[in-house]
Amino acid sequence: MLSQSLFEGRRVRLDRFDADKDATVVARWTHDLDWLQRIEARKVARPLAAARVREHWASLEKSDSTFLFAVRLNSDGRLVGQAAIGEVYWMHRSATIRLGIATPADRRQGFGGEALALLVRYAFDELNLHRLTAWTQEYNPQAARFLERAGFVPEVRQRQALQRNGRRWDVIVLGLLREEWERARSGPGEAEP
Amino acid sequence: MTPQLLHGRLVRLAAPDPERDSAEMAGWSRDSEMLRLMDDDPARPWSPSRLQERMSEEPKLDHFWFMVRRLDDDRLIGEAGLGGISWLHGEAWLYISLGDRACWGKGYGTDAVRVLLRYAFEELNLARVSLGVYDYNPRAVRVYEKVGFVHEGRLRESVQRDGKHHDEIVMGVLRQDWERMVVS
Repeated sequence: MLSQSLFEGRRVRLDRFDADKDATVVARWTHDLDWLQRIEARKVARPLAAARVREHWASLEKSDSTFLFAVRLNSDGRLVGQAAIGEVYWMHRSATIRLGIATPADRRQGFGGEALALLVRYAFDELNLHRLTAWTQEYNPQAARFLERAGFVPEVRQRQALQRNGRRWDVIVLGLLREEWERARSGPGEAEP
Repeated sequence: MTPQLLHGRLVRLAAPDPERDSAEMAGWSRDSEMLRLMDDDPARPWSPSRLQERMSEEPKLDHFWFMVRRLDDDRLIGEAGLGGISWLHGEAWLYISLGDRACWGKGYGTDAVRVLLRYAFEELNLARVSLGVYDYNPRAVRVYEKVGFVHEGRLRESVQRDGKHHDEIVMGVLRQDWERMVVS
């Protein structure tokens, strides 16, 4: 039997971005330095106009190596974050994942965990990948803990690989293999997202 | 100041020369083992004309690509470079590949990596140099250890070869690691 829906969780869903309604919201997120330093750690934090956000989405729609999703609440459809599978390397069946809940008020409520479970299932069940990688930063230790709770294994600690706020920080890379995810899924008491 | 920034004891780093180097490089690209040691792209032979195009491209500031030439007879033996440079964070990814198999195991690679590191730290003023190397390439791992790279972990099963999964070992050198090495 096939899964009924890859995109629907209990309280959140993975959805497409709506160029008309969502671009101003996401443009507002990009004016939050803290958000940018978490979601795009290697890039220069740079606020974007809504038009630029739309262009970016349009370019990704044609991509077969990046899959970008809006994270929305089922209750009222409100946009709370974004989730992406990027750098899909079909030859080696690997990819990088990235996920963020944008505003602090929406964090710590399990939305991120649900969205991550959907994203990971999409990567393994739909894209048939073998391995997922997540890059996190020492200045955002919650991210690594969050990923570890979902089964990701810390694999690499790149010493002092980033410079932020006048000092250097390590990059912590975590990985999840398909068989680890399958084992956890079929394990006792494990509920489907 | 270092008199010859791009010269080591055995080799020098030189600009890619489309007319002079492309035929030799195209020949090496038929060596699939060499290609699989270098990166995780699909191994495929390159034509001299395609290589000439690549060599003629305007150099970009986030990637420095060099030819490795022997100092004694100026023979081309491989390529090396610093890619994915993040000026924001002062970091680059190092790579090297000696296409000329007769030059393996004789210290040319080690020398070239040392020159690249000096270029990264003394010319580009980077804070850190990273690299990835596959677990089926222990010879390269030893070279990187010798010049001061530290093991920082492994991306498990990130490469698939001949039906088997392999790890990518991630290594790094900090400016201070390197300065300590140079003094001692």
